[in-house]
Amino acid sequence: MSCHSESTEKPNNRKNGKKLTIALAGNANVGKSVIFNQLTGSNQIIGNWPGKTVDRAEGSLCFENHEISVIDLPGIYSFSTFSLEEVVSREYIAKEKPDIVINVLDASVLERNLFFTLQLIEMNAPLVLCLNQIDIAKKKGMIIDKQKLEKALGVPVVLTIATRGEGLYELIESAVKVATKDTKRKKINYHKDLETRIEKLTQLIETEKIDLEYPSRWIAIKLLEGDTEIIKLVKSKSAKIVDISYILSQELSTIHDEPCFSIIASERYAYASMITSSAIKQNEVKNTFSEKLDWVTTHKVFGYFIAIGVITGLLLWTFIVGDFLSGLISEGLSFIEPLDPQISGPIVSIIWNGIFNGFVAGVTLVIPFVIPFYFLLAMIEDSGILTRVAFMMDSIMHKIGLHGKALIPLILGYGCSVPAIHACKIMESRRERLLAAFAITFAPCAARTLVILGLVGVFLGPIWALTLYAVDLILIFLLGKIAMKVVPGKSTGLIMEMHSFKVPSLSVVSKQTWTRTKSIIFMVFPIYIIGSAIVQALYALDLLTPISNVMSPLTVTWLGLPAITGILLILGVVRKEFILLGAVAIFGTTNLLGPFNPVQLITLALVAMLYIPCLSTIIILIKEFGWKAATTISIANIISAIIIGGLAYRLLEIIL
Amino acid sequence: MEDYLKVVHKISREEEVASTTKISKALRVAPASVTEMLKKLAEKDYVKYSPYHGTTLTKKGLKIAEKTARKHRLLERFLHDVLKIDNIKVHEQACEMEHTLSDDAEESLCRFLKHPDSCPDDGKIIPPCDLKISSCAECVQLHKRGLEEVGKHKQNLISINKLKDGQFGKISFIRGGHKVLQRLLDMGLTPGTRISVLRVAPLGGPVVLAVRSSKLAIGNGIAKKVFVEIEE
Ligand SMILES: Nc1nc2c(ncn2[C@@H]2O[C@H](COP(=O)(O)OP(=O)(O)OP(=O)(O)O)[C@@H](O)[C@H]2O)c(=O)[nH]1
Ligand SMILES: [Mg+2]
Repeated sequence: MSCHSESTEKPNNRKNGKKLTIALAGNANVGKSVIFNQLTGSNQIIGNWPGKTVDRAEGSLCFENHEISVIDLPGIYSFSTFSLEEVVSREYIAKEKPDIVINVLDASVLERNLFFTLQLIEMNAPLVLCLNQIDIAKKKGMIIDKQKLEKALGVPVVLTIATRGEGLYELIESAVKVATKDTKRKKINYHKDLETRIEKLTQLIETEKIDLEYPSRWIAIKLLEGDTEIIKLVKSKSAKIVDISYILSQELSTIHDEPCFSIIASERYAYASMITSSAIKQNEVKNTFSEKLDWVTTHKVFGYFIAIGVITGLLLWTFIVGDFLSGLISEGLSFIEPLDPQISGPIVSIIWNGIFNGFVAGVTLVIPFVIPFYFLLAMIEDSGILTRVAFMMDSIMHKIGLHGKALIPLILGYGCSVPAIHACKIMESRRERLLAAFAITFAPCAARTLVILGLVGVFLGPIWALTLYAVDLILIFLLGKIAMKVVPGKSTGLIMEMHSFKVPSLSVVSKQTWTRTKSIIFMVFPIYIIGSAIVQALYALDLLTPISNVMSPLTVTWLGLPAITGILLILGVVRKEFILLGAVAIFGTTNLLGPFNPVQLITLALVAMLYIPCLSTIIILIKEFGWKAATTISIANIISAIIIGGLAYRLLEIIL
Repeated sequence: MEDYLKVVHKISREEEVASTTKISKALRVAPASVTEMLKKLAEKDYVKYSPYHGTTLTKKGLKIAEKTARKHRLLERFLHDVLKIDNIKVHEQACEMEHTLSDDAEESLCRFLKHPDSCPDDGKIIPPCDLKISSCAECVQLHKRGLEEVGKHKQNLISINKLKDGQFGKISFIRGGHKVLQRLLDMGLTPGTRISVLRVAPLGGPVVLAVRSSKLAIGNGIAKKVFVEIEE
């Protein structure tokens, strides 16, 4: 189903022509992105925790002469306007009117998933239902009657197992069928009290002819629900409609003794529950392995051990692998050495030399180190353990103004801060996203791990490196606590679906590992190469010393480091590894125990770890939170690094 | 009388039954008069009293004890938040006032304070009111039309963070603003829904509920606001 994607022509000849748009919508973690990747060959993030897809993604495929563009939407539970993702999806479906919406459902949680389906039907979206994960449903003893479901909802239903690609052909087939033929849609009738009022309001909206992009029935329901956005929108066209909707909703809440939005939610659920009980036969099943795992991982003793095991295990794993590979690292570095330093000769050859060094550093540092880490991370993500860790750690995370879910981006931050900060969108409020992002800027990411291993692990042994990790984790907690006090506002509570455990799929895991490694390589290599060339050039032009001297009050007097570290710290803003690479290049030796004493190595590693988010992180901070927040976070990092670095230097002087 | 029920409630929560000596110590009343009072209360079906095993509250007694606790904690909130009285002093003051606060005043106070969920001095949960409503939004709405027509809950409600692993309940009241309520409704916690608690994490941690064949983790702060009727 792949396609040569030449998407230069405009989609002007829809339907009878060949260009179609399909949107994938549904609850979180139902398998939308797996389907999207399968259809389009893209590399959307996949994992067994809710909220991975935060922005909409686009891809394309060819199917029987149809050029189809597919949109992957963030997972949502409802069309209220309380979260960003809900707004994104709602606007997309209502305004851009895709030719077809594939509503992906988790077959094993049908009732809750149908709650959203009913809202799509209210929106009058052209629908195909994709009941995914039927393998899991089967394991839970559920037998699904597809025909009954189709009849009850009046939309085609396709059963799929997305991870194995089963049913996807039929899915596209029936989607194209719905899109190209004008099929009649069934109307869902709610309870009489509610239905008559919805209809009254719908008719009023239609006779008043307020021209909104949303379907009338949907607007009517939203008005009754008291959706503030829609009320504002309608009010600007016709205040009368809003007034009448208010009266109608008051009538309803008098009859049912409940606020109107609650009546409507209850009504949808009543409907969903009715359909579910007729379409699913539930057989008794024994306690499955997944249930037992659930029992252990949320246990009040074992659960904590497992949670801490995951949090530290991932670090330890990178550490052990990294330690093993540190042999390779130093070999890589010694590979640089003979070529270095080249300060004479034409500037071009000097720069060329730098470029070559940067490339070698990239290959030997990044690839063997990053791949094993991302492999384990993908396994952990795809298993479903992360939501359990989030559950166990919820009360601890509250101490830094966050809730358990924030732990997930934090753990992603072990790899690279950039995608981790992006993942902070799973937090509910801006304040929480900001606090989580702040914590992530201190997380021991791959670059920091390299610096710690390269400066401390290799020369002073693993104990000191592990100590630095521990210090880092403690600092995240302490600084997070301070940040929580400084940033005003209240924390929201945790509301998170916990999906059943799954055996990680090898193809998903390996693909994901590769995707992430690739993106690191693309990010890192140019920076390494250019940066390395610049160091060489500065070196040749004899500019290193003057720049370093400017910073010497800080580096020499307060932190007790050699003056030349000034330039290293400046370079490290681009990528932390430069502190290590630069040191090797400048001193012309891989044995850093010569130019630095042990105290200085530890202090430098500590400062390097904390002192500023790297350039790519700063850029994403600006993108997500704006200049002001990004600057504040960076300054906070610098200040804490200076204070902690200085104190550590004085303390270490005493100990060592 | 309310003081007796309160003390029995408190002691029996810690150790199943309240012995007469404990009650007399807590109230600083002679054991003889305690026994006499307990007998009277037992006659009115507020407590189950047996001279050798000690005393427990009946359903009727529990209801009054909870109501008194509710008034007490609401008053503490009022004294602390509005009148800015020191945290250490609010308890005693509230102890005096709780007996004279009428039910109407209690409801108004709750609305005035924007439906608080715990008391200021030791963070205990304020029991929900006994009006037959399923959310605070409803209380505000109903208030605009006059509250007289509202029925009362017959059962005692209990917040889900107080349930034990494996217990079942029926959602009957959710405290708090529109936003939290809407999110919980969206996740399937509509009034009348049967849920079971799968896990309660220790140390004020979250709970895991089974709702409509899904599993839902809910933080303690929100779990405190969700009240259920226990199924027997
Ligand atoms: N066993 C099984 N697992 C599946 C199936 N489809 C998806 N999964 C798994 O379900 C999890 C979620 O899949 P995603 O595609 O990331 O879900 P999503 O709907 O995009 O989730 P969000 O982006 O978070 O809303 C992953 O762990 C998948 O491997 C299936 O048919 N069977
Ligand atoms: Mg996704």
